[in-house]
Amino acid sequence: MANLAWKSFKGIPLVFTLIWIVAFSAALYLMDKSVIAFLGILSSIVLVYYTNASKTIKMVIGAVVLLLIIPLVAGENRYYMEVASQVGIYVAMALGLNIVVGFAGLLDLGYVAFFAAGAYAYAIFSTSQANEFIAGNLFPLSGEWFWPFLIVGLIVAAIFGILLGLPVLRVKGDYLAIVTLGFGEIIRIVFNNLDKPINITNGPQGITPIPSPELFGIKMGTPFYFYFIVLFVIAFIVLANIRFEHSRLGRAWIAVREDELAAQSMGISLLNTKLAAFALGASFAGVVGVIFAAKQTFIDPTSFTLMESIGILVMVILGGSGSIPGVVLGAAFVTILQVQLLKEFSNFLHGLQNAGIISLPNQLDPSKFQRLIFGIMLILVALYRPNGLIPAKRKKNDLDAIKNSEFGKEKLGILGRLSQLTSGKQS
Amino acid sequence: MINILPQVLVDGLTLGFMYAVVALGYTMVYGILEIINFAHGDIFMVGAFIGTEVLLISDALGALEGMNPFVALFITLIIAMVLTGALGVGIERVAYRPLRGAPRLVPLISAIGVSFLLQDLVRFTEALARNEFYLNSPALFTGSIPLGSIATIPTKGLIVIVIAIVMMIALTLFVNKTKWGIAMRAVAQDQSTASLMTINVNKVIMLTFLIGSSLGGATGVLFAQNYGTIDPYIGFILGLKAFTAAVLGGIGNLRGAMIGGVLLGLLESLSGAFMGPLTNGAFGAEYKDVFAFSILILVLLFKPEGLFGEAVKEKV
Repeated sequence: MANLAWKSFKGIPLVFTLIWIVAFSAALYLMDKSVIAFLGILSSIVLVYYTNASKTIKMVIGAVVLLLIIPLVAGENRYYMEVASQVGIYVAMALGLNIVVGFAGLLDLGYVAFFAAGAYAYAIFSTSQANEFIAGNLFPLSGEWFWPFLIVGLIVAAIFGILLGLPVLRVKGDYLAIVTLGFGEIIRIVFNNLDKPINITNGPQGITPIPSPELFGIKMGTPFYFYFIVLFVIAFIVLANIRFEHSRLGRAWIAVREDELAAQSMGISLLNTKLAAFALGASFAGVVGVIFAAKQTFIDPTSFTLMESIGILVMVILGGSGSIPGVVLGAAFVTILQVQLLKEFSNFLHGLQNAGIISLPNQLDPSKFQRLIFGIMLILVALYRPNGLIPAKRKKNDLDAIKNSEFGKEKLGILGRLSQLTSGKQS
Repeated sequence: MINILPQVLVDGLTLGFMYAVVALGYTMVYGILEIINFAHGDIFMVGAFIGTEVLLISDALGALEGMNPFVALFITLIIAMVLTGALGVGIERVAYRPLRGAPRLVPLISAIGVSFLLQDLVRFTEALARNEFYLNSPALFTGSIPLGSIATIPTKGLIVIVIAIVMMIALTLFVNKTKWGIAMRAVAQDQSTASLMTINVNKVIMLTFLIGSSLGGATGVLFAQNYGTIDPYIGFILGLKAFTAAVLGGIGNLRGAMIGGVLLGLLESLSGAFMGPLTNGAFGAEYKDVFAFSILILVLLFKPEGLFGEAVKEKV
């Protein structure tokens, strides 16, 4: 019964969505620093996704919310834009990992290595760090170089992806997970120790100050600008995801994911297909890495630990691996949980503690419960919702539409005869 | 340089035998269920904490005073083995059994979840009970035996090696001579045929987890005795290296895991001591983890069946 009710559910009425958006943006505008109002605005994107309206209308509403309402209403508040751009960074990374894990089915536990490659590429050359090993005192580069470095980061990470993928992708399944995990750790250790014999990464001290992006002389150092940069990159990555999903390569990924042997016997080159997934996923992480470095203005190897890889994996798997809206939702949810909800909760508990109501040992601070929460999420998702919150939809080919289309009349072959047979039986 | 060699070998052997016993847990579970029990390293960590807590509490009660250190260690080992064994069985019941027959990556994901959950749960309880999560284990054995004039073997290291060897012999005898051991091998070979031969597959799997986890827990106690300080994150890297050892020896193969573990411990110890001097300080001991992982990757690439395993052809 419940299932039936769900199937007849056509979506949220458009009016409701619009009222929701207006109400929460007004609330955020009038009440300063209301977390609930801010979350309401962000969740309106999910609402829009489920709204009963045509695709164009939904896209227009979504764009208005993201491009106009959020910057206008929350733009004054540095903190909200910071959270929003952080959410964006993780959404972009999760979409990159989605290609590797979701489409091609390769469980990559060292994804953060490519993120690190992009971040270090920009950090090393945009600060005086590069002078340590390139003669001529050419560096630091100015913030104008941020834009070409988005491409450089992409290429560097893609090269990393191919170099790592070539040996690693010969192993498969759960072995691949362990090997990528090992590689992720190797890269982190190498970055951590590459201050000798030649000082390339400045070791554990990290690299600073990384310049903010600049365009026509405007310094874009605030979260407000990063929000738009990230949004632009996400749009690009989403578009790439969609285009790849239904391409020849995308279908090859899905075939490899479902059954390697069968895919191989249909003439798909396993290594090339997997390598393409690895390199693409890596290159997106590289671009995001460049943005991350510019936004933080400081990077060191502690930003690229295994925890980060697992965190991104949680986002993909929680949302629904292979499902683009699912991954966006998963990434947004996990990031907000980490950077906002847990922090608010621990502030709340600290408030109680200061008022003398409870006593809270420092170690029990909820903002330190990342691992616990990730662990529980992974177990619950694996047990009860292995396809994630918004499972990936398989594209269905409508046979009747093909049969009735004027192009399909003589090309149906055996399908045409089959349909004749079945229709004959029915009559 | 050569005069530190005996000491390096002794340290490497101690480490290697610990890897070997933990690797047994990985290899047993993989042999039967073909899943990587990612949480095994954290079961080892829980064992280390249980053992240390038992020693700390009995020390606070004054029970350790005058007690023979061997008896104290034996009791601690038994308690830790029983509790971690139960933990392993519980994890199998909750997180792996419902997923039997699911795609292979799904149990791996829930295993990663269990691993993270255990780390934070231990941190949580220790923080509640002691307000810190680094524990210093009371040392039961402090002496050392001089080995001529070239090296000294600390008594605790010797005890680690001896207990590890005893556990390995006991496991080998169990698997080869007893009825349950034969059942275990039968299930590893073919689950459905084994169940037709009236073997209770679920019980055998539970037994595997019980034995593997209690061995891991016992190693945890030995680790705490040998190195003194423990924290909730020791299990992860050690588990990964023990897994490397299992792969090196040929996963699913008990003898392979033992030899792989000892080999990996020796290699790691040697590389940690000599990589720095050999490369004039360019690559020092901080690269020893890189070394271990590179071995894993090289083995998987060139000899995926390991040193002692059998190559398995994939059938359609």
